[in-house]
Amino acid sequence: MNERKKAYLVLEDGSIFEGTAFGSGDYTEGEVVFNTGVTGYQELLTDPSYSGQIVVMTYPQIGNYGYIETDTESRHPFLRGFIVKEAAEFPNNFRSQGTIDAYLKKNNLLGIQGVDTRAITKKIRSRGVMKGFITTNKLPDAKMIELAQNIPDFASHDYVMDATTESEYVIDGSGKNIGVVDFGIKQSIIRNLQARGHKLTVMRADVTADYVLQKGFDLIILSNGPGDPKQTTYGIELVKGLLGKIPIGGICLGHQILSLALGLDTFKLKFGHRGANHPVKNLLTGKVTITSQNHGYAVKNENIPDNVEITHINLNDFTIQGIRCTDKKICSVQFHPEAGPGPHDSEYIFDDFLKLCE
Amino acid sequence: MPLDKSIKSVLIIGSGPIIIGQAAEFDYAGSQACKALKEEGLRVILVNSNPATIMTDLNMADSTYLEPLNVNSLEKIIDKERPDGLLPTLGGQTGLNLAVELSEKGILDKYGVKLLGTSLSAIKQAEDREMFKDLMQKIGEPIAESQIINNLTDAVTFANKTGYPLIIRPAYTMGGLGGGIVNNEEELVTICSLGLKHSRIHQVLIEQSVAGWKEIEYEVMRDANGTCITVCNMENIDPVGIHTGDSIVLAPSQTLCDQEYQMLRTSALKIIDALKIEGGCNVQFALDPYSKNYIIIEVNPRVSRSSALASKATGYPIAKVSAKIAIGLHLDEIQNSVTKKTLACFEPTLDYIVTKIPRWPFDKFTSADRKLGTQMKATGEIMSIDRTIEGSIMKGIRSLEIKVDGPRMPDLDNEETEVLEEMIRRADDRRLFAIFELLRRNYPIGKIVQITKMDIFFVKKFENIILLEKEAAQKLTPDAVAKQNPSDEVKDLVKRLKRCGFADTYLSGIVGVPHLDFRAFRKRCNVIPVYKMVDTCSAEFEAMTPYYYSTYEQEDEVEVSNDVRKMIVLGAGPIRIGQGIEFDYCSVRSVWGLKEENIQSIIINNNPETVSTDFDTSDKLYFEPLNIEDVLNVVEKENPEGVIVQFGGQTAINLAGKLHEAGVKILGSSVQTIDDAENRDKFSQILQRAGVPQAEGRAVYSFEEALGVTNRLGYPVLVRPSYVIGGHAMEIVYNDDELFSYMRFATKISPDHPVLIDKYLLGKEVEVDAICDGTDTFIPGIFEHIERAGVHSGDSMAVYPPTGLSDEEIHIIKRHTIALGKELKTIGLMNVQYVISNGKVYCIEVNPRASRTVPVLSKVTNIPMVKIATKIMSGKTLKELGYNSGLLEIPPYCTIKAPVFSFDKLKMVEPGLGPEMKSTGEVLGIGLNKMDALYNAVTGSGIQVPDSGHILLSVAQKDREELLNFVPKLQNLGYKLSATKGTYEFLQKRGYTDIALAPHPGDGVPNVLDMIRQNCFDIIINIPTKGKNISKLGFKIRRLAVEYKVSCITSFDTTMSILNALDREKSSETVPVCSLNEYLEKFPVKKINP
Repeated sequence: MNERKKAYLVLEDGSIFEGTAFGSGDYTEGEVVFNTGVTGYQELLTDPSYSGQIVVMTYPQIGNYGYIETDTESRHPFLRGFIVKEAAEFPNNFRSQGTIDAYLKKNNLLGIQGVDTRAITKKIRSRGVMKGFITTNKLPDAKMIELAQNIPDFASHDYVMDATTESEYVIDGSGKNIGVVDFGIKQSIIRNLQARGHKLTVMRADVTADYVLQKGFDLIILSNGPGDPKQTTYGIELVKGLLGKIPIGGICLGHQILSLALGLDTFKLKFGHRGANHPVKNLLTGKVTITSQNHGYAVKNENIPDNVEITHINLNDFTIQGIRCTDKKICSVQFHPEAGPGPHDSEYIFDDFLKLCE
Repeated sequence: MPLDKSIKSVLIIGSGPIIIGQAAEFDYAGSQACKALKEEGLRVILVNSNPATIMTDLNMADSTYLEPLNVNSLEKIIDKERPDGLLPTLGGQTGLNLAVELSEKGILDKYGVKLLGTSLSAIKQAEDREMFKDLMQKIGEPIAESQIINNLTDAVTFANKTGYPLIIRPAYTMGGLGGGIVNNEEELVTICSLGLKHSRIHQVLIEQSVAGWKEIEYEVMRDANGTCITVCNMENIDPVGIHTGDSIVLAPSQTLCDQEYQMLRTSALKIIDALKIEGGCNVQFALDPYSKNYIIIEVNPRVSRSSALASKATGYPIAKVSAKIAIGLHLDEIQNSVTKKTLACFEPTLDYIVTKIPRWPFDKFTSADRKLGTQMKATGEIMSIDRTIEGSIMKGIRSLEIKVDGPRMPDLDNEETEVLEEMIRRADDRRLFAIFELLRRNYPIGKIVQITKMDIFFVKKFENIILLEKEAAQKLTPDAVAKQNPSDEVKDLVKRLKRCGFADTYLSGIVGVPHLDFRAFRKRCNVIPVYKMVDTCSAEFEAMTPYYYSTYEQEDEVEVSNDVRKMIVLGAGPIRIGQGIEFDYCSVRSVWGLKEENIQSIIINNNPETVSTDFDTSDKLYFEPLNIEDVLNVVEKENPEGVIVQFGGQTAINLAGKLHEAGVKILGSSVQTIDDAENRDKFSQILQRAGVPQAEGRAVYSFEEALGVTNRLGYPVLVRPSYVIGGHAMEIVYNDDELFSYMRFATKISPDHPVLIDKYLLGKEVEVDAICDGTDTFIPGIFEHIERAGVHSGDSMAVYPPTGLSDEEIHIIKRHTIALGKELKTIGLMNVQYVISNGKVYCIEVNPRASRTVPVLSKVTNIPMVKIATKIMSGKTLKELGYNSGLLEIPPYCTIKAPVFSFDKLKMVEPGLGPEMKSTGEVLGIGLNKMDALYNAVTGSGIQVPDSGHILLSVAQKDREELLNFVPKLQNLGYKLSATKGTYEFLQKRGYTDIALAPHPGDGVPNVLDMIRQNCFDIIINIPTKGKNISKLGFKIRRLAVEYKVSCITSFDTTMSILNALDREKSSETVPVCSLNEYLEKFPVKKINP
């Protein structure tokens, strides 16, 4: 057993949790959010939508099956830190490549374990998401709290530009010609489209509408991604330039950007939706599916334009989870039909996207 | 409102008596269903022959039938009640099979009863192997290579094609009855022929074995709109090959990555969608640990033991939601009763680890085969919750109540390593402790994994426990523990030990200090448990559930109210022989009583199958081990007025002394009273003062002492250890040799307590349940046992009101009981057993607690005994509650309780009855006269007695004279009789020359054993000689009878009852069905005769 170094999680509300460090580094800061999924930490660690955030896992035993590189969702982890009750020291799975500790070390990420993750979750639930940091250097409490309160606001940074692809790339296929705008895309989205045999062109988030339109795509998919959708002004401009000219599908941040372009508004949720157990009702079929979710912002259910129809709602808090705009061949969802991690029940959404260009 | 407006009344079929494979979980399911349907304004008609259940309490359904669960009586009930719908999926396999039969026989159509919930065709598709296989092939879900066979030849052909090992699974049986894994042709033939025999449709599935793969279960739900959700998934620590009911199971799964988790989840939902399930369903998978290959093991299209576990593990009420789906509601129209804000349409997510460990009956059945396999052997189970895997497992271990409170089973300390190795190889029920012991001996982990096929992830967790134990043994010296200010290193170690689940009692044993000293030390280390809530959502939403578990972390979530009266009710832990569902009934009724008195009720229990551990039964539920430490922790947290121990069976009673010692107030009968009743000498004095005669006897500690007593009394004597329940280890001893071996055995199982030796009085046994307030004693009724003294009261048929006692005898029993209540200063319930021998009434024993018969007596007299007792414990007197000293007048109907056994699930167990209890459950027969009640009791208990056929007689020498009373009667009834050698010769001599000989093995072909195997006999009457020699022919006959499903009767008294029941059946007038409500209407005024 490694000699364990003490570590502290400090939140802006003044709470301090003592635990032990794992991974590497001695300090990390960010927006502290919780995720209620039991499995899927590998996918979550590499989901670009967690950029700028420190994630608390509510399930107390994390790392049981080790790390598995083939299950990653992007080129490297984007989150800032990881908080668990216990990181497994002896994982086992036939695909396991080592401990979660080793994975964090490999990626220069700091984690803290041995803390009461349920207590932290309850604090976030009642106060909303908070700024906070993990450190291995103890300072006087008041000093640490002050530091936590002075962490820059989450919304002050454009995380999309960090997460989007460095350069455009093409994945060959024989079906439709699909343009994918990468705001911080998860590989599972690409895998799902690829599995249907289509040709994909994955473009940077700051492409222009003119550029996109001249490529002759059958369909545009706006990907998921991190941060406040209103920060992504170039994305909103891009979509405005495409509206009505080409069918568009959107997922998560893509859905929010699309909504903003259509004239809807977005707002920050108190503590977001992060987990793999969110019930979403499809208002068109009356059927409910359990979905994978990861979003801190949502589309406001106010001043909905006449041509926009709400297609999905979250049954926990009745927030908007999907819209469509039939006259413009547009539909988008807030949740993650691509799973990775989470239930695969909503893969039909990809078929809905493709129907837009039939 | 229900969507299906045509349904106004619903019939629910319960699961009947508790047997292995079908325990209290269906009482929980049925009770939830009753509540759920009544909530929607429907009239509920309930049928269940099991009188110990909460569901048959009059508060639950609108009309309750304690009638036999067979087509005959159900048709009568349907005819009478004319329900609009039948809900078949909540009464276990029993309820489901009955519904199928009712439908197949056209009865449902005849009376226009609609089958609610999952359709019959879906049920058939899930249960019929061939149809299921076709469906899976159609939807592309993998199943094992297999073939349905109806005869042995086909089995052998299949085996020659696919090779061994193979698994044999009979169709339509529960608990894997009659199945097994076979490795060669010889085993195949043996097990297959049994399987064919046990299957209702004489069908057996033979399939490729995936033994060693991970066994994973999903509890899933679907509504009529096609919305599907997963409530919970679970991972068996034991790989495929050991029945899931006998496996140690964790929830959620631990070793599955998201892809594997979702792959199986998707498959489960695809299957229930294809089957069009409407309600809950269980899907079992085998997952290859070295690839993503999986197969579906089976699908249970109903609520099950696993769904009860999943409900308690997550807080999601599967049975309740299933019932609502059955009447047409959709998942998004049903409220989540935990959060009261969100809907039932979501998937629970856990932030703790749940462990289930089975409870086996091998402490009672010492001769039984302890090897675990595809046939379930456990009678009950416990569940434990913690935030670490180690902690969860360790809490589970001490919840089992098997005299083990940590990772050490003392019996294994001195076993050779080879023996332990063999134990884990053949999957003995003690394998977990064998692994611990092997790890303690530094046995290689890789070898353990290789032998057991358990995931190394789990074995490493076990190793963590042992490593920490070793550290504790080294560092926690008596000196270190005595320190006022323990060092930081020691504090840190104690914290790690507690997080790992080590009990104070276990650690105090390691250190060698008294438990309470260690407890004080732990508190000085500032290591105190906190309580966290089970809320279905990992704290994402605020929840209202008062459902808690302990752990060692930072935040405590319990809100303790200080300005109210509150009391703790201790539950009874896992179901075991001698301590069944009746104590759960008592615990729940006690809670209801407290509610009426506006006293906050707090339950501590760990049995996931029960109603008492439903989160809305009590005001607060602590899902904790019933170990002194865990109970004291809750007491310190809640600071209640006191603790009620008399409803939780011997589990709770055994804690009374320790709680008292720690300064906790015991409500009701004091520790002094409990001790006076248990301590032989004190008890004799009490009896003398009360003027009650007692069989001569003494308490002894050694063989020499015992010999002195038997020299004086003469044989036979009745011997038993004190402080045990269910007549555990009670025996009738006939000579010095037996006495010697008994004493050696008894001092091992209960070394601190003496052995009681009594003169064995042959006579009529009677038992009385009474309620006392210290001054007055009210007796609701007297049960008269049908079997003569010597058969344990729990295994006897018993009649209420008694039919064979004189007024004088009844008067004496009443007088004695009232005197005993007063002399013992009993407060609350008291059970007294008497034997009437040569006209004299002797007291055998008094138990100042609820007994097995309390639920029965409460129901058939409509006297809420537990409620009254609870109110007395809270300070009321009998007079204030409207009762006085005396015996309740008898009702104008008769009730008979009959035991039910599970011998068919337990190899090598002696089916003959004796002073040690063996039954797992019971049924009640009610009728307007004794014959009707007897008929209902006998048919309800499942004894199948054809009215013609072939009977084998095999009677011990000393009992043969009595046999002469029966032979003419049996012949007149038209039975053909055969007898084994001794019996045959005796009957020849007495002039019965028309009886055939069934030869002993070796004396002729076919011999008696062959004849049983060839189904020659319809009934076997075997009155055993006493003694435990299992090599005797009699034992072989009884075991074979069990295995070949031939009714085997081992007492003349039972024989007489069955013949009477047969007479009743033959009479032209049919036995009427009548609800409990109707019977009670006939008994409106209840006079108490002082």
